[in-house]
Amino acid sequence: MMGNHEPPGFFEAEGGLLFREPLIFELGGSKQKGDSLEKERISEESIGIPEEYLRQDLPIPQLTEQQVVRHYTRLSQWNFSVDTGFYPLGSCTMKYNPRVNEEAASLEGFASLHPYAPVEAVQGALALMYELEAMLAEITGMDRVTLQPAAGAHAELTGMLMVRAYHRELGKPRKKVLIPDSAHGTNPASCALCGFQVVQVPSDERGLLSPREISSRLDQDVAALMLTNPNTLGLFEEHILEISEMVHRAGGLVYCDGANLNALTGVARVGDMGVDLVHMNLHKTFSTPHGGGGPGAGPLGVKASLEPFLPVPRVAKKGDGFSLQEDFPKSIGRIKAFYGHFGVLVRAYAYLLSQGPGGLREATRKAVLNANYLRVALKDLYHLPYDRLCKHECVFSDRNQARFGVQALDIAKRLMDYGFHPPTIYFPLIVKGALMVEPTESETPETLGKFVEAMRSIAREAQEEPEKVRSAPHLTKVGRLDEVAAARRPVLAAPMAKAASPHGEPS
Amino acid sequence: MDLQRDGEKEALERMLDFVGVSSFEELFREIPEQIRLQGDLHLPGPLKEWELTARLGSMASRNLPSSKAAHFLGAGCYDHHVFSATKSLIRRGEFFTAYTPYQPELSQGTLQAMFEFQTYVCRLSGMEVANSSMYDGATALAEAVLMAQRLRPGRSRVVISGAVHPEYRAVVRSMTDPLGLELLEIEPDLSWQTHWEKLETSLTPNTSCLVVQNPNFFGTIEDQEGLRRAAEAVHKVEGLFILAVVETTALGLLKPPGELGADIFVGEGQPLGLPMSFGGPLLGLMATKEAFLRQMPGRLVGQSHDSTGKRGFVLTLSTREQHIRRERATSNICTNQALCALAVTIQLALLGSGGLREIALRSKEAARQAMDSLAQIPGLLIPQRRVYNEFVVQTPVEPGLLNRELLNKGIVGGLDLGRFNPAWKNNWLLCCTEKSSPENIQKLVAALGEVL
Repeated sequence: MMGNHEPPGFFEAEGGLLFREPLIFELGGSKQKGDSLEKERISEESIGIPEEYLRQDLPIPQLTEQQVVRHYTRLSQWNFSVDTGFYPLGSCTMKYNPRVNEEAASLEGFASLHPYAPVEAVQGALALMYELEAMLAEITGMDRVTLQPAAGAHAELTGMLMVRAYHRELGKPRKKVLIPDSAHGTNPASCALCGFQVVQVPSDERGLLSPREISSRLDQDVAALMLTNPNTLGLFEEHILEISEMVHRAGGLVYCDGANLNALTGVARVGDMGVDLVHMNLHKTFSTPHGGGGPGAGPLGVKASLEPFLPVPRVAKKGDGFSLQEDFPKSIGRIKAFYGHFGVLVRAYAYLLSQGPGGLREATRKAVLNANYLRVALKDLYHLPYDRLCKHECVFSDRNQARFGVQALDIAKRLMDYGFHPPTIYFPLIVKGALMVEPTESETPETLGKFVEAMRSIAREAQEEPEKVRSAPHLTKVGRLDEVAAARRPVLAAPMAKAASPHGEPS
Repeated sequence: MDLQRDGEKEALERMLDFVGVSSFEELFREIPEQIRLQGDLHLPGPLKEWELTARLGSMASRNLPSSKAAHFLGAGCYDHHVFSATKSLIRRGEFFTAYTPYQPELSQGTLQAMFEFQTYVCRLSGMEVANSSMYDGATALAEAVLMAQRLRPGRSRVVISGAVHPEYRAVVRSMTDPLGLELLEIEPDLSWQTHWEKLETSLTPNTSCLVVQNPNFFGTIEDQEGLRRAAEAVHKVEGLFILAVVETTALGLLKPPGELGADIFVGEGQPLGLPMSFGGPLLGLMATKEAFLRQMPGRLVGQSHDSTGKRGFVLTLSTREQHIRRERATSNICTNQALCALAVTIQLALLGSGGLREIALRSKEAARQAMDSLAQIPGLLIPQRRVYNEFVVQTPVEPGLLNRELLNKGIVGGLDLGRFNPAWKNNWLLCCTEKSSPENIQKLVAALGEVL
């Protein structure tokens, strides 16, 4: 399987021992019951629930602890992760996740704390939340922050509910939200959930929002402009001051998707750019782990004019004591149970303290330098649709390679053989065959150099041996998977009572 | 760690030069000068690692965790034991420092685990298809109501039992507000059960769905005949039956939602392997019937194969999702609770059917013992008959006062229900789990005997 597909030895990846492992339901567990119950004579008969209320069958296998530990250890070895290697997934800010933050979140005083414990018993937790709110407000230049949203998209929903409440309070409900064509998919989806009609704004030839395109769409029915700055092309919205002033003059609000704050932290603040609401993805900018897809956390910062509409509860300070307050009549209400992803907040708080203001600025500078380094190092081989200074990420396209029948997807898959996670592909939608690269500040120049060599080698392969790229990856646990078949006849759960074959794969 | 790497400064300067700028400032030249920060942000730090751990340790020590008290709080967040093996496995960097498995060839570990998670949720709930997680039980319920609206467009009434967790109902109110629905919340009866007659008479052909929680917010195991009739009644008007389970360890014992006529199951996964963590991150569960699959929100992992026929797993049916469908998506959810789902998958694998049943039986038994003992204390009234591991005690004084007295004795008492509803004043919701020792229950009883 490897042979001539193996990339030159000085690259990152090498073949290795990977274990086969069936589904946990195929390990053939026994059906024994917890026998410690028998001794204490706790039984279904003695508990006072009628027989017909009880389930007859609980088809969950009984395994030994070692079986379970080995199973999930083997599964973990099939993952690529930030700990394993370079993960330049654009828009996701896959920076290093410091271990001390994990230790902090698992302290008994945080991890085993009940959300309804008496206020005297949770002063440390509330103090942490109060301080974190203030730190995030300072970083973004906003007046007040809520820590409740569970993720970026959840913050967008929260923010747009507040925008809706704001206009309703003024007695003039508004229907439309302007969103650039380069926006994340969550932006229009969040607006739709709030009953807004999405008006798409085209980017100009420089990849930016132009005041002209905005002004031609602005009217008394526009509730807000929802933008991302820097935008998803990694470009700073240069007309932001003029644009936000125009929106405000028309009575609208400006929402900033803060997915890209790793380009601004410590260098500039969206609050100084006329933004009224901004969310922060703690799992991007502030180093909390992505967890294989979550949990994240999406605190939302707002200007004073929007404060009355913030979700409840809110952390309040009186003297030296902290409490949670619910009595805000104009609030949009509650957006999740309890108070947000506290365990994630602890990690972000630890990160901010460990960095300090200087460290945060250094991180931003390095992230931007790294992205620009990759931009300059690759633009002779990979088409760069917007060729100028970028911020924390840059977007190439597959145009040069497509001439040889090699697409962005193929380049992404071939990168795996070199030991790198691929960039985000086919996003933003306005770049055909997009390859969106975000290196973050965590990587050393040596790693970036190896990535550049890999990308250059793939460009060469695309021209000389395109089939090798098109059929990649060759060194991964599985080859390209049939996604069409998966969607056509979805199998979303293991069938009942399936025994493992001797090879651990279904026959 | 901030030890300057040897030669780092020179390397950075070479890179700046390579990029064609003379300084870091120049990298940001297109940001208008008047909004570029001139000095430092006003933030604390930087702290060395030893300073940081000391500071956080001191903040944590100002809280009273369940491990340092006799603890009787539940109400949506439960103090069950989390196995060491669960904690140590989710700390593997290969799991927790990966992102959403968009590239399946590099993410088979996460993908297979999520497929296993979906299977566990189906088997626990008795439903046909489960997604790979929502933020928490409350948002999962709100998403289920929105899903019912998509399946029954044009209908404007949603009927919710008032015995559903008040915070869940509050989230449904906020998240469905833009739809202008009529949310009918039916007050529970005097024995803390769903008021079945009022519920049934509220169902009309304009009703998209009916929401019930079992065991309910007060710990009552709802009357099975009531549940059956409610399911029948909502189906008669072609509405959907949404059944929520918040204390999901109960599923180790009780008939699953799929056998009680549920069209959509939502649940809170926290009791099955997550620490309480001051209420988050939690884990939203959602499962439904195959017929409703295309309207279900959230990520789905499906089985597939590569060109050699080897089994593998992929994210599938993503045309329902925001990154493809944008404003026409089934939900805006992107980042979900993958690592929490993994923890619950591992904990369920460790428990097995016998272990889960044991947790359920022990929790239920501890609650029975506590109820029996508390009922002996003059002044306390316990009106419920059939509960799982939570129960309501009617108190002669405000429960907040009791809690304060108990706290002085190292006991975290129950929840004052008056905070949700003035009509529930002087009612106190207590919870037991497998960790509630007879000694701690005795400690509670003795302390209350002194206070009252």
